Amino acid sequence: MEKQQHSSGSESPVLPPVPRKPRSLGGVIPAPRQDSVDLPDSPTGSHVEWCKQLIAATISSQISGGSVPPEAITREYKVGKKIDFKVSRRTNLRQAFKDVRRQAPMDEVPLVPGETVKTTVKDVMYICPFTGAVTGTLTVTDYKLYFVSLERDAPYILDVNLGAISRLETISVQSLGENTSGMEIVCKDMRSQRFAYKKEEQSNLEILEVLTKYAFPLSNELSLFAFQYKEQFPEDGWKVYDPVSEYKRMGLPNESWTISKINSNYEVCDTYPALLVTPTSIKEDEIKRVASFRVKHRIPVLSWIHPETQATIVRCSQPMVGPTDRRCKEDEHYLQTIIDANAQSHKLTIFDARQSIVAENHKAKDGGFENENFYSNMDLNFLDIPNIHVMRESLRKLKEVVYPTIDEPHWHSAIDATHWLQYIRLLLAGAVKIADKVESSKSSVVVHCSDGWDRTAQLTSLSMLMLDSYYRTLRGFQVLLEKEWISFGHKFAARVGHGDENHANSERSPLFVQFIDCVWQMMRQFPTAFEFNELFLITILDHLYSCLFGTFLYNSEQERVENEVNSKTVSLWSYVNSQPEDFTNPFYVDYENHVLYPVASLRHLELWVGYYVRWNPRMRPQMPVHQNLKELLYLRAELQRKVEELQKEASSSHSISSSSEHAYSPSNGGTPLHTSV
Amino acid sequence: MLSLGSGGVKSTKPSFVSYVTPEEIKSEKDPSKQEKHPDLLPGEVEFCSANPILKYTQDDLSQRGVFGTLFCTNFRVTFISDERPQEKKAKTFKNKLYGENDIPLMCVDHIYGVYEEKRKPITGALVKNKYPSKMIIHCKDLRVFQFCLTYSKEEDARKIFQGIAHHCLEEKSLKCVFAFSYMGTPSPGTDLSSISLVDMYFVSAEKQRKQETIMFDSPEDWTWEMKRTKANCRLVIENENFELSQRLPKYFVIPLAIGDLFSYQGKGLPIWCWSHYSGCALFKASFLPVTQEDGDFQKHLDTMINAVAHNHLYSVKTEDLSESLPNIQDIQQSYNKFKQFFLIENSTDFWLSDVKWFSSLESSGWLDIIRQCLQKAVEVVECLEKDNTNVLITEEEGTDLCCVISSLAQIMLDPYYRTLMGFQSLVQKEWVAGCHAFLDRCNRLHLKDKECHSPVFLLFLECVWQLVQQHSPAFQFSETYLTVLSDSVHVPIFSTFLFNSAYHRENVMKAESPLAQSGPLSCPTVWDWSVQFDGKAQNFFFNPLYLEKVKHDRAVRKPHKPKHQRHLSLPSAAFKTPLKKGFFKEEADSLKKMLRVKRLSRWRGSPDAPAATTREFYESWQNRPLDYHGLLLPYLDGPAVRVWMQRYLRWIPEVYILGGGSMAVMTKLMELQNQVQDLKRVLEQRDPSQDAKLDHRPYLQQRLLSFDSSGRLSSSFPFAYTRSRNFKPSFPTALMQSLMLTDSLASQEDEVSSVVSFV
Repeated sequence: MEKQQHSSGSESPVLPPVPRKPRSLGGVIPAPRQDSVDLPDSPTGSHVEWCKQLIAATISSQISGGSVPPEAITREYKVGKKIDFKVSRRTNLRQAFKDVRRQAPMDEVPLVPGETVKTTVKDVMYICPFTGAVTGTLTVTDYKLYFVSLERDAPYILDVNLGAISRLETISVQSLGENTSGMEIVCKDMRSQRFAYKKEEQSNLEILEVLTKYAFPLSNELSLFAFQYKEQFPEDGWKVYDPVSEYKRMGLPNESWTISKINSNYEVCDTYPALLVTPTSIKEDEIKRVASFRVKHRIPVLSWIHPETQATIVRCSQPMVGPTDRRCKEDEHYLQTIIDANAQSHKLTIFDARQSIVAENHKAKDGGFENENFYSNMDLNFLDIPNIHVMRESLRKLKEVVYPTIDEPHWHSAIDATHWLQYIRLLLAGAVKIADKVESSKSSVVVHCSDGWDRTAQLTSLSMLMLDSYYRTLRGFQVLLEKEWISFGHKFAARVGHGDENHANSERSPLFVQFIDCVWQMMRQFPTAFEFNELFLITILDHLYSCLFGTFLYNSEQERVENEVNSKTVSLWSYVNSQPEDFTNPFYVDYENHVLYPVASLRHLELWVGYYVRWNPRMRPQMPVHQNLKELLYLRAELQRKVEELQKEASSSHSISSSSEHAYSPSNGGTPLHTSV
Repeated sequence: MLSLGSGGVKSTKPSFVSYVTPEEIKSEKDPSKQEKHPDLLPGEVEFCSANPILKYTQDDLSQRGVFGTLFCTNFRVTFISDERPQEKKAKTFKNKLYGENDIPLMCVDHIYGVYEEKRKPITGALVKNKYPSKMIIHCKDLRVFQFCLTYSKEEDARKIFQGIAHHCLEEKSLKCVFAFSYMGTPSPGTDLSSISLVDMYFVSAEKQRKQETIMFDSPEDWTWEMKRTKANCRLVIENENFELSQRLPKYFVIPLAIGDLFSYQGKGLPIWCWSHYSGCALFKASFLPVTQEDGDFQKHLDTMINAVAHNHLYSVKTEDLSESLPNIQDIQQSYNKFKQFFLIENSTDFWLSDVKWFSSLESSGWLDIIRQCLQKAVEVVECLEKDNTNVLITEEEGTDLCCVISSLAQIMLDPYYRTLMGFQSLVQKEWVAGCHAFLDRCNRLHLKDKECHSPVFLLFLECVWQLVQQHSPAFQFSETYLTVLSDSVHVPIFSTFLFNSAYHRENVMKAESPLAQSGPLSCPTVWDWSVQFDGKAQNFFFNPLYLEKVKHDRAVRKPHKPKHQRHLSLPSAAFKTPLKKGFFKEEADSLKKMLRVKRLSRWRGSPDAPAATTREFYESWQNRPLDYHGLLLPYLDGPAVRVWMQRYLRWIPEVYILGGGSMAVMTKLMELQNQVQDLKRVLEQRDPSQDAKLDHRPYLQQRLLSFDSSGRLSSSFPFAYTRSRNFKPSFPTALMQSLMLTDSLASQEDEVSSVVSFV
């Protein structure tokens, strides 16, 4: 079941042959590349291994992962060894992590397929804000920065994806002596690291250079690491989202709505996907005229349709009303058609995500909002959500509060001052309003902000998450992201700044992080309503920055097609769906058609400590909380199996006593894991 | 119809809608309605009533309401609706003593009257004046009731208002407390732990003992506890008749080395709390009277400390809690601020207060007090666990913060106290037998002296709740249990929370018994949960996540010696190495210096700053794997200390999460446990030979809830019920008012490009 594979050759002179540890997620991934020769350095399943190490590193070992005594592992599961494969992920990771330490010399760097070491520097001091300075070896690859120190009883490892680096700076470290240089790495994921190293040695001088080059490949005429990454997964994540089948799931096309190919060459709107759902009765030329009236040609298109009432969520950008209150007959007619498509209501509610003053100001810049005098039967609502710059500033303040240390007595007022949770609350409140309009008033809604790719995406996807239980499953959530965010042109490249060294670019903003935070808040309020777990959300956010997968690269579908992302990179969902059990919530109960209304009150919102404060060792849980539940789930499965077996045997022979022994034996002798996986 | 508001009171809210107009009520006033009366408890007497009274309905905070009759009895204020009771949904979690429209008199915190749209707190002086148009009652369990008095006859309204105000607010004698009139028959199995699970367990006497609440009112109880913790101390029975001191328990335990009991009326005596497996122990003491400056006094103090040190390795650390923790008035003030955030009278107030929620939370200081208490307890634990030093905590009376800290330290160290029965025994030991002045602290008698009121016991429960939510699998009881316990403090039936000391209890009980005509006073203890809840509801007290101790090490139980702790313990600090005698002398010298400031003050043997060593101790614990049956420490960093949502938010409809909250998880877990049980039974039936393998977990007799119902329960379950059919999500109003950004960022364009294109 487990594969002990050793890489024999070594391509890189820097690295000695790496002995490979057994894969403890046995059976999850068939070993497709046992015979692969292209990269002798990358062993089977090393990505899984690597990810586990990453998580283990973030979760348990930044301080001293090694101080976990061996009893820890045996003590945590009582049902037996089998359970650890199926359920106790974190333990696994710890164990895997320990395995690394036991079996491989600590100064070896685990590499993902396609990754190469660029430089290694010895005697580097990492100034850890939590446990003080440690000295060790720093390795920079084209994908990550890896620091190991063997100075303490427990090996100390720090692992940072280059993609997460926002900026690199030299700092003064006078106190450590004349010949020492300092370097600070500021990350997008709420942490910063400081290193000090000796100036004299030639190799040391270039460390910052190498790091800069590979941390910001696009600014240095290199390609993103996702295009080098060669891991193969049994699942193909690029197949997760197929617009036609997703629209079909919603019952589309129907008599009022059609799947239009008008944008198949991205000619009508270059930031929209190729397939759009538009009202059936609207003709192509009309659509084009509507497009010219909407900013960036982002016309109103259907995002979601209620399976019973036919009420729809429609998204678009602001109308170009301008200071003179321009009208566009086609646009007015278009929205009227949306009303007519829903027999249950003769009203349309337009949610403008902005503050009304801001929307008013946009008129001067040729933007604006729908004038209720011209658009009959329409309610206009402003949701008062500030723009991307305010959000960026808020998260920056948040980092100051949570990293590296927490000021305990003033924790709450410090959090209050960042306004981060107030904005989360605004978003949730807005999404609840939209969902309630659709569900209770059975009326269709149109959502837009300025361009319809930031706040609009946040609002539509949150309200769809509330309304449609499908999006609350592991697969469904992937579809939701692929659809509302990726295909509809949330500018990931600009907002995240993948591979770009211009950290001060005002286009950057953590809008997607904010959205995932909202999802986490919902998950906290409804702990049984989501099929996925917190780790899934954290994994998404880590790979939003990592540039390991192609999923979040580029600004629009058009750019992704041009750069052949689907064929040249791996999808994050390939990784996730190859080991779904790591990302599922054991408490999940399918509520089916239950609409979730999260409470948008600060009393029920909480800072997502597991993400923002996860680098602080004092905030780390020592034990997976749901261990007991998982044992129960396991016990139930086991018992169900036994009952079934007994029933089977009882029906075949009448002798119960003889069967019992037989039925009991598998559970004692370590059930093969494949059954549960 | 428009001039409904009689008595010259303007209808305060224009949005007022009522289901029934008063005219209608009068017209259909049939005799049956008139005779509506509350179901009285045995011994309960009705004082006065008024009809029709409009009770504003809580679950939409608009000014709608229900008409009915308001009663005041010697136990409670109760409201009975005129409307036909809606389909009687059997509540799963029903309190037998009082329902959703009942307010035990002791549970009333404040009464406000609305006089011509002005809200004033009702005090003695106001009672005699005109009655208000609207009466608002804030309860100690955080419910808020609003009654409109203007529809009933003037004299009725006045009577009921004055009656309620009088019985709830005026100073009264202990004899008036309902417990002395209550004639509840003792429940069949007076066995105090009449929880159905008992029979599931094992029969040995030792185990049996663990399955009941130890009352600590007999020498045997103390002996048992000493034996359990392997304490080497002396049981004092000389106070049996309270000749030694009226502020000390009837029986208590002191260090062996104390010979003289009778000086200073027992003040300053180190009372044993708990012994660590290493032999060191935790003691608490009150201050010696400070007026005496003579040598005797110092000698006495020396003797006491010496005696504690003698208990184990001649080491002792003392800690004066009154110096390092907030005093009881601070606690009271902070809680008063804190609870205001949850006593919500209408939606607008709620959303207004929501905007600045975190800052106001901080300004109340309540969470910080909780953190300080937990921190102090961790320090005590450190001394016992790491340094193996005896600890003596002191305080003016020795019965307030001493109880908080000693109980918390014991919960952290001893897994027995994390079981339901263990926890109840702990409360008995430290709080009830330990003479915490419940009567004064809870202000039962509405005495004018505000100095002595303080929610110290609640503070303790809050601290325990923090531990429970951080380390859920370590506790056998649930947060619902803690919430119910915090409510029960204000139900004036239980003897547990009614007295100031053991002496007080005995004295009152003795005096009362002959007076009560029908035999001896029957005051149940709160631990007899069957008085309040049926067996089914009691299932909510158990935490389905509880990780029971693995059964196979059934041999000899050594609770304080989890194997790994031994060799993982940090090397002990300074104390162990020096020569014992010389060492202690030094300490005694320094002690004498301390005494010049008349009080024991804190000193530490270890040279490091206390904060630093505690941090080190804490981190070394954190780096070890967590053993739910071993040492348990709380997380104390900013976000880790939280608001006890269940207790504080359960009556606020704005924050009900339909289909969510921790109850959703509990339901799923209970369901799962039942399924496992069922499957096991199926197996058992099919194959009787296997039954030895089966059950370790107590079987929950009843199905609590059906699986799919979890979607319809709200986060306030099991306390408040939402009518899910007309559930409407609540939207914040006043979203941005205080957030309005004058920031340059807010007006900045989203897109750089669009600015450029315009320019």
